[in-house]
Amino acid sequence: MSSEKQETAAVRVLGRWPSPFVIRVLVALRLKGVEYELVEEPMGNRSELLLASNPVHRKIPVLLHNGKAVSESLIIVQYVDEVWASQGPAIVPSDPYARAAERFWGQYVDDKFPSAIRVLRGKVAGDKDETAAQVAAALQHLEEAFVQCGQGKDYFGGDSIGYLDITLGSHVGWVRAVERMAGVSLLDAAKLPSLAAWADRFCAHPAVADVMPGTDRYVEFSVKNDGVPKAN
Amino acid sequence: MHEPGRQAEHLISSTPPRPAMDHQQEDATSEKVQLLGMWASPYVFKVKWALSIKGVEYEYVEEDLRNKSGQLLEHNPVHKKVPVLVYNGKPVAESDVIVEFIDEAWSHRGGRILPEDPHERAMARFWARFVYDKLKPPIWKWFTAAVEEEQEAAREAAVEQLKVLEEQLALGGKEFFGGESVGLVDLSLGALAYVIPMYEEIIGVSLVTEDRFPSLYAWMGRFLAAPPVKDHLPPLEKLELRFRAIREYFLKNT
Repeated sequence: MSSEKQETAAVRVLGRWPSPFVIRVLVALRLKGVEYELVEEPMGNRSELLLASNPVHRKIPVLLHNGKAVSESLIIVQYVDEVWASQGPAIVPSDPYARAAERFWGQYVDDKFPSAIRVLRGKVAGDKDETAAQVAAALQHLEEAFVQCGQGKDYFGGDSIGYLDITLGSHVGWVRAVERMAGVSLLDAAKLPSLAAWADRFCAHPAVADVMPGTDRYVEFSVKNDGVPKAN
Repeated sequence: MHEPGRQAEHLISSTPPRPAMDHQQEDATSEKVQLLGMWASPYVFKVKWALSIKGVEYEYVEEDLRNKSGQLLEHNPVHKKVPVLVYNGKPVAESDVIVEFIDEAWSHRGGRILPEDPHERAMARFWARFVYDKLKPPIWKWFTAAVEEEQEAAREAAVEQLKVLEEQLALGGKEFFGGESVGLVDLSLGALAYVIPMYEEIIGVSLVTEDRFPSLYAWMGRFLAAPPVKDHLPPLEKLELRFRAIREYFLKNT
């Protein structure tokens, strides 16, 4: 840890709410009990620090640890799990099959959700009803995956939050917001009993509750910032 | 593209016998590894190379993607795509996921596919994603563009990404992105070592030249000659014909 006139925290996260990708990193660090400093990236204007730390993609989140930068949220989550393996619960399962299953579904989540949410938020032009139907279908697959991965326990990771919980859970904030804004039902408790209950549990978890605000704030953010939908 | 009907080649890959110490952990009858694949898929080859690094014997099953087998649909119901690795009856899908699975399931043998250090692992995963997200799309666009302006724009975009990789490789100063031997990033980039020259030949435009990209150019030759790769390449003439047909299709249908 460097000691300068202004002490720089050993662990810093460049990011900004309400990015689900940033939330993932914060949840992982909190699960591991790692102290960090969140360095807010201003909207619309990339900081020098961001450009220097992630020159290839110039995107948040970036984790700065002991002077080294790590980018891409799921890569950061695995890094946190590996560096702080000796503290907190394991984020990635130890069994190779279970690990592969969570990574498979993690890729699936990121293939489906970010672009769909952009449409449902009205940030990007698209057919909202069709998009909502696609999200619902994806959630149906994930409902089945929950039963397989979690094996009747509280989380995909079993007794504690794991990689897939974090990957999907980080999107719940926006999913709930677009349900309200677009007037669609996605995490429908009747159709997705396990996932709907899991979503509540995830949001209430101590590692999550303080970093993923309630639906009102997401809606407020969207109304203020999303403006006119851009062409896809 | 004319491929004969449903092919079900069952090829046992020939790899050297496993060292005696492995038998305490695995018994030959219980360890059954199958790879469902398609002869032209670079993602299937990525998995083949990973299995080769670990010296794992497996049964290869060629899938006809226009007539998918019950086995494929059962083992990858979500995407219905190859490659799928089936180990002791349990499937693993998505090539990146499969490669990490192979590294973990056979961690006790063969070379390391991912490095040991967490930061280096993060970097390997980062560059592997870079190849997929940033480099492959403009290369494909370049190859399939029907209009010259589009082709040139895509080529320039590809060159920009290649420069980034060239710098990375030069900085590392090693034989491969993975260091002394083939690793995750090499595997992700791998197929481009034979695909790019084919595209250059078919379009008649160069992309990776020795003077512009000395490290990448040298890497391509080294990769194709590397032990886990050299005896596990697709039939290149057949592949070139396939690519020519693909390009024809895009020229006619855009």
